Amino acid sequence: MGETMRDSYGKYLAQLGAVRNDIVVLDADVSSSTKSIYFAKAFPDRFFNVGVAEANLADIAGGLATAGLRPVVNAFAIFLALKSTDQIRNVLAYNELPVVLVGAYGGLSDSFDGASHQSLADIAIMRAIPGLEVLVPADADEMKRALDYALDRNGPTYLRLTRNEAPNLSEKFGERSAGLDIRKIRVLRQGSDVTIAATGMCVAMAGRAAESLASQGISAEVLDVTSIKPLDIDSLAISVAKTGHLVTAEEHSVIGGLGSACAEALAERGLPFSMRRVGVADCFTESGPYDRLLAKYGISAEAIARQAASLA
Amino acid sequence: MNLEQRALTETDKVKKSKLLTALACRFRMEILEVLHAKQTGHWGGASSACELVTALYFHRMRIDPAHPEWDDRDRFILSKGHASMLLYTVLAHRGYFSPALLGTFRDIDSSLQGHPCMKKTPGVDMSTGALGHGISVGVGMALAARIHRKDYQTYVMVGEGCLDEGQSWEAIMSAAKFKPEGLTVLVDNNGVQLDGTSDEIMPISPLEDKFQAFGWNVLPKTYDGNNMDEILESFDALDRATSWPKVVVYRTVKGKGVSFMEGKNTWHGAPIDDTSFELAKPELEKAYKRALAEVR
Repeated sequence: MGETMRDSYGKYLAQLGAVRNDIVVLDADVSSSTKSIYFAKAFPDRFFNVGVAEANLADIAGGLATAGLRPVVNAFAIFLALKSTDQIRNVLAYNELPVVLVGAYGGLSDSFDGASHQSLADIAIMRAIPGLEVLVPADADEMKRALDYALDRNGPTYLRLTRNEAPNLSEKFGERSAGLDIRKIRVLRQGSDVTIAATGMCVAMAGRAAESLASQGISAEVLDVTSIKPLDIDSLAISVAKTGHLVTAEEHSVIGGLGSACAEALAERGLPFSMRRVGVADCFTESGPYDRLLAKYGISAEAIARQAASLA
Repeated sequence: MNLEQRALTETDKVKKSKLLTALACRFRMEILEVLHAKQTGHWGGASSACELVTALYFHRMRIDPAHPEWDDRDRFILSKGHASMLLYTVLAHRGYFSPALLGTFRDIDSSLQGHPCMKKTPGVDMSTGALGHGISVGVGMALAARIHRKDYQTYVMVGEGCLDEGQSWEAIMSAAKFKPEGLTVLVDNNGVQLDGTSDEIMPISPLEDKFQAFGWNVLPKTYDGNNMDEILESFDALDRATSWPKVVVYRTVKGKGVSFMEGKNTWHGAPIDDTSFELAKPELEKAYKRALAEVR
């Protein structure tokens, strides 16, 4: 087993804390889960545990940010998106405050805790807030780059993480070039028959789907979309113009997330293309082991390959 | 010297209180005029807090209108952001921007938004409007002072309606935990909300006891927030109080200064019609003249 993304995140945040004294970290009584606890132990004077109070959490961060600090806010993704929406919109985004909002346990990754804890609308909500950028890293390397980027941005950023072990994309696809902007789509695999645009944990699945499609004689192009907002529409359009088909894959409701963002953007470009969205249908999910839960709700390499084959 | 300069420079406390009173009376007239002219905006809660905000900006706060972003300035958060016209009037006459702009309140392209916006209006330390945010943001600002080893003060003004919001109590609880130096909440308890009296809509009494139970340093007296002598007395009491965070509850009158508008929830945010304006104006003028006579 490799390291979980939350562990990589927590350790990296603590590392950054040692070199940047403008970073302050806040948590809503879940620091042992989000792993902001590493920072808390290393820098207790710059750590604030506000208890189970996400609204207060986000606004205290806003106040800290007005005075030049760089707050990193930690909570479960679903509660950050639902319980501090007003604060994120009216205080952080409206005032362009440089706060990093880190949503832990994104998607179905809090699998056993059930539907109440599974975050399937956070991307849709965050995407609709002006000025907020939405990043969903697919592995630990992307998480680090996304965090670096968000900490240097003069505005709020939502960083959606997973609870579990994250794949290591570098092993299969090589190192991400250091100069590549985190907001730009990374083409992981070239192809000509169908484009698979994936985000977060679905990126590795898309890679596996492309391999299985290749064995069926279908050439799939795999796009790694870390930044859902802003969306790198140019790179997406170049790929879809070439293949004519798009499958999006995300650990989120099919409403309002990556699939919606791609459909909106490409429709306005006037490209002729057909499309399928892999994601959770408009329904409530349930408890269960992570992989089986993902599969039951239609998120797997097989599901991606199936949808791609139906188009290509 | 104009009234503003006299109020800022006067050292005798009795005279200063009278100058601030006259200034507040003048601001109240100006607020009513703009709200009537624009046919939009909130009178009731602007009027109730007029003396308090005047005293903060012309007596209490360490600020430099020429440098609104000064790191060491005292901060003010108007959590009851609907009293925006009061804040704008005070900021303009304190020198943050031209009073000529006040007439553009709520216009398209104006820097004076319906509710305060820190990105558009010099001197506004935090955008507000959605209720319940102020104390939380104030906790953050005050904690930043601790981290940066600065001694600026953070004042948060809330209405009792603002305290209906659950977030206010999350913030109150967290302030008692972190005890940020320099955080003071001023409650403009005018007792009337949008829909009716606070006793009808959401009873908040005993407010002082609630703050006390949440671990705040509550000034033992409830002050008359429309009386400048009492406001200055409350500031002195704040200076004597040692532990943080601090809260002062002020009893105020919603719609203060216009007899037929006082204590009426209908004047929370209703446009001021011509007839009401013509009746209200002489009342405010009379109060201003009386206050001016005291400082001649």
